[in-house]
Amino acid sequence: MSDHNYVPESKVGKWFNDRLPLLSLGAHLREYPTPKNLNYWWTFGGILTFCLITQIVTGIVLAMHYVAHADLAFESVEKIMRDVNYGWLIRYIHSNGASMFFLAVYIHIFRSLFYGSYKSPRELIWIIGMIIYILMMAAAFMGYVLPWGQMSFWGATVITNLFSAIPLVGESIVTWLWGGYSVDNPTLNRFFSLHYLIPFLILGLVVLHIWALHVPGNNNPVGIDIKKPSKDTVPFHPYITVKDIFALLMFMIIFAGFVFFSPNVLGHSDNYIPANPMVTPAHIVPEWYLLPFYAILRSVPDKLGGVLLMFGALFVLIILPWLDTSKIRSAVFRPLYRQFFWILVIDVLALGYLGAMPAEGTYLFLARVSTVYYFLHFLVILPVLGFLEKTDPLPASISEPVLTGGLSTSAAKSDDIK
Amino acid sequence: MTLNRLIKLTLSILFVVLFSSKSFAAGSNIENLKVDWSFAGITGKFDRSSLQRGYQVYKEVCASCHSMQYLSFRNLGEKGGPEFSEEEVKAIAAGYEVNDGPNSDGEMFTRPGRASDKFVKPYPNVNAAMAANGGAYPPDLSVIVKARSGGANYIYSLLMGYEEKPADFVLDEGVYYNKYMEGNKIKMPAPLSDDLIEYSDGTKASLDQLSKDVTTFLTWAAEPHLEARHKTGTKVIIYLILLATLVYFSMKKIWLRVDSEK
Ligand code: HEC
Ligand code: HEM
Repeated sequence: MSDHNYVPESKVGKWFNDRLPLLSLGAHLREYPTPKNLNYWWTFGGILTFCLITQIVTGIVLAMHYVAHADLAFESVEKIMRDVNYGWLIRYIHSNGASMFFLAVYIHIFRSLFYGSYKSPRELIWIIGMIIYILMMAAAFMGYVLPWGQMSFWGATVITNLFSAIPLVGESIVTWLWGGYSVDNPTLNRFFSLHYLIPFLILGLVVLHIWALHVPGNNNPVGIDIKKPSKDTVPFHPYITVKDIFALLMFMIIFAGFVFFSPNVLGHSDNYIPANPMVTPAHIVPEWYLLPFYAILRSVPDKLGGVLLMFGALFVLIILPWLDTSKIRSAVFRPLYRQFFWILVIDVLALGYLGAMPAEGTYLFLARVSTVYYFLHFLVILPVLGFLEKTDPLPASISEPVLTGGLSTSAAKSDDIK
Repeated sequence: MTLNRLIKLTLSILFVVLFSSKSFAAGSNIENLKVDWSFAGITGKFDRSSLQRGYQVYKEVCASCHSMQYLSFRNLGEKGGPEFSEEEVKAIAAGYEVNDGPNSDGEMFTRPGRASDKFVKPYPNVNAAMAANGGAYPPDLSVIVKARSGGANYIYSLLMGYEEKPADFVLDEGVYYNKYMEGNKIKMPAPLSDDLIEYSDGTKASLDQLSKDVTTFLTWAAEPHLEARHKTGTKVIIYLILLATLVYFSMKKIWLRVDSEK
C-alpha cells in the first residue's frame, strides 16, 4: 500500500511485514479515510460481504450432505431437512440467504444510481460490480436447480432453451449445455460443479471491487471530491465498522425473520414436488430477483429478440458510466434526474411484478411499456439530461453543505449519524 | 432522526420483499377455508393429541393409497412430533411386514417392522399406484403441505371441499367434483366423512375434526422441526435486538467525537 508507511512495533511483526506486508494491509484497512457523511445506504457493501460469506459457509456444509444425482437429489435435500443436525437451519439460511443477497445487491446498485457512484473515476468499480451481479444471477439460477424439484427442472429447461435462439449453432449449444438431449443427470452434475465454483469467483472479484474502490476512495451523498485524509473524513475503524455492524444487525433481524418464521414464502411451492419431465407446471416462474429480466424476455414476441433485449438490459447498465453525460454525481443536486430515478425504480418494480404474471392481455401490454421505458431511461433520458438539466449549486466541501430545497436535502446533510 | 430513517428503510425493504412474494400467490379460483392452526404464528406449536389422531387418520385411511416415503416410524416418537412413547412406536412399527434381505443364503425375506424402518408404501411403484387409481397417481404425502400454495389451509379445504357438482359440470367416470382442486376435478374419491373411523382417544370423529387432525399431522410431516425453528428463532431475534441496541449506543458514543469537532 503506497499511501502510508506502516511500521509494526514488534520485531517479529516487522520481520514478517518486510517479507509479506499483510500488517500494512491491515493498517490501511483500519485507517482508510472515509467520508464522514456516508448514510445507511452505504452500509450495504459490508452487508453484501456478509451475505457472500454466509452463502459460502452454509453452502459448503450443505454440499457435505447433498447428492448431485437426478434420482437422489430431492431425497438428499429432504434428508438434510429431517435427519442432519440443524440441517433445516443450514438449508433455510442458504435458500433465504440468496434472496437477502439479491435484496442487498439491488439496494446497493440503486444507491450507486442515485448518488452517481458509477461515474469517473469509479467506472471500473461499477463494471466489476456488474460482473459480480451477473455471476450472482448465474450462481443463484444453478443453485435453484439443485434440489431437483419441479421448478428446478422446468426453470432449467426454459432458461437453457433460450440459447437455442442463437442462429445456426443454437441447438448444438443447448445439447452441449445439457450434456444430452434434455435436462437430465449430466445437467444437474455440471450445474452443481459450477454452483460450487462461482461464489469463489465472486469472492475474487469482490477483492478487486474493493481494491478499485480504495484507489479513488468512496463516493458520498454529496457526490463531490474530497481531500483525504481531511476533516471531511474519518478512519474506517472504528467509525465505519461500528456503523456497518449496526446496519448488519438490522439486516440480520429481517433475515432471521424469514429463516425462522417464513422460510418458504420466497420460494415456489412446486419445488417441493420432485422433478417430473412428463408433467409441465401450470406457470413456470423464476425466483423473484430474476423477474424483471423475465418480463423483458417475454415482452418480445420473437425468441431471439427477447434474449437479445434481456442481455441488452444488462449491457446498458455496464456502459452506464458513458451513457450518463452529467458531470454532477449526486442526484441530490440534480432536480430532474432525481425524478427520473424514482420513475426507474417504479419501472423496475413493475417489471418484477409483471414477470410473475401470465404474459397476456394487459399484463403483456404493461410489460412492453415498462420495457420500452427501461431502455428509454438509459439510452435517451440519461444522455440528454446531462445537457439540459440545470443542476443545483454544489457545496465547497461536505462540512459546509449548501441547503437546497426539496425532499432529498436530508441525504446531503453531513451530520447523518445524529 | 436517524432511527426514524432506519425504520423507514426497514419498512421499504419489507415492502419490496412482500410485494415480490405476493406476486407468487398462484391463481387458484377460490379462497381456501381459513383455520386458526395452533402451529401458525411465531410461537406456534403442534397440538400433540391432534397429531396422534392425525396419524391414526393417515394410517387407517390415506395410507391405503398414499405413501409417506421420507418418514420413519421412529419420527413418530421424536420431540416436536406426535411424541408417541417408545413402546407405542415399536408396536406401531411391528404392525407392519417389511421386506429385507438378502440373508446369508441370498434370499429376500419379510420381518416385522422396526422403529428405524421407513413408513411402508401401499404400492410397489408409481405405475402400480396409477393402475389402481384410474390413471391418477396419489402423490407422496411427506411434503404435500409445502408442495401446494395455500399450505395447510388448502389441504384442509380440499378434504372438506367435496360437493354435489353443478348441474352443467361434466365429470367422467371415476372423477369427482371438489371445490378447491385446480379445475374442480379430482380422481380421489372423498376420503373422509363423519364417523369414518373411531378415534382411540374418544374424540368425536366429525369430518371437520378428521380433516383438521390429518392436516396437522401432514404439516408436521412436511416440517418436523417447526417447533424447534420457532423456539430458536425467537431466541435469535431477541439476541440480535439486544446486541443491536448495545451497538447502537456504542456507535453514538464513538461518533460523538466527530460530531463535536465542528
Ligand atoms: C382411494 C385412494 C385414496 C385415498 C384413500 C386417499 N387418496 Fe388422496 N389422492 C388419491 C388420488 C388418486 C389422488 C390424485 C388425484 C388427482 O390427481 O386427480 C389423490 C390426491 C391427493 C392430494 C393432492 C391434491 C392436489 O392438490 O393435487 C391430497 C392432498 C390428498 N390426496 C390427500 C389425501 C388424504 C389426506 C387422504 C386421507 C384422509 C387421502 N388423500 C386418501 C387417492 C386417494
Ligand atoms: C457480491 C456482491 C458485492 C459485494 C460483496 C460488494 C461489496 C462492496 C463494498 C464492501 C463496497 C464498499 C462499501 C459501499 O460503498 O457500500 C462496495 C462499493 C461499491 N459497489 Fe459493490 N459489492 C457487490 C456487488 C456490487 C454490484 C453488483 C454493483 C453494481 C453493479 C456494485 C457497485 C459498487 C460501487 C459503484 C461501489 C462504490 C460505492 C461508492 O463508494 O460510492 N457492487 N461494494
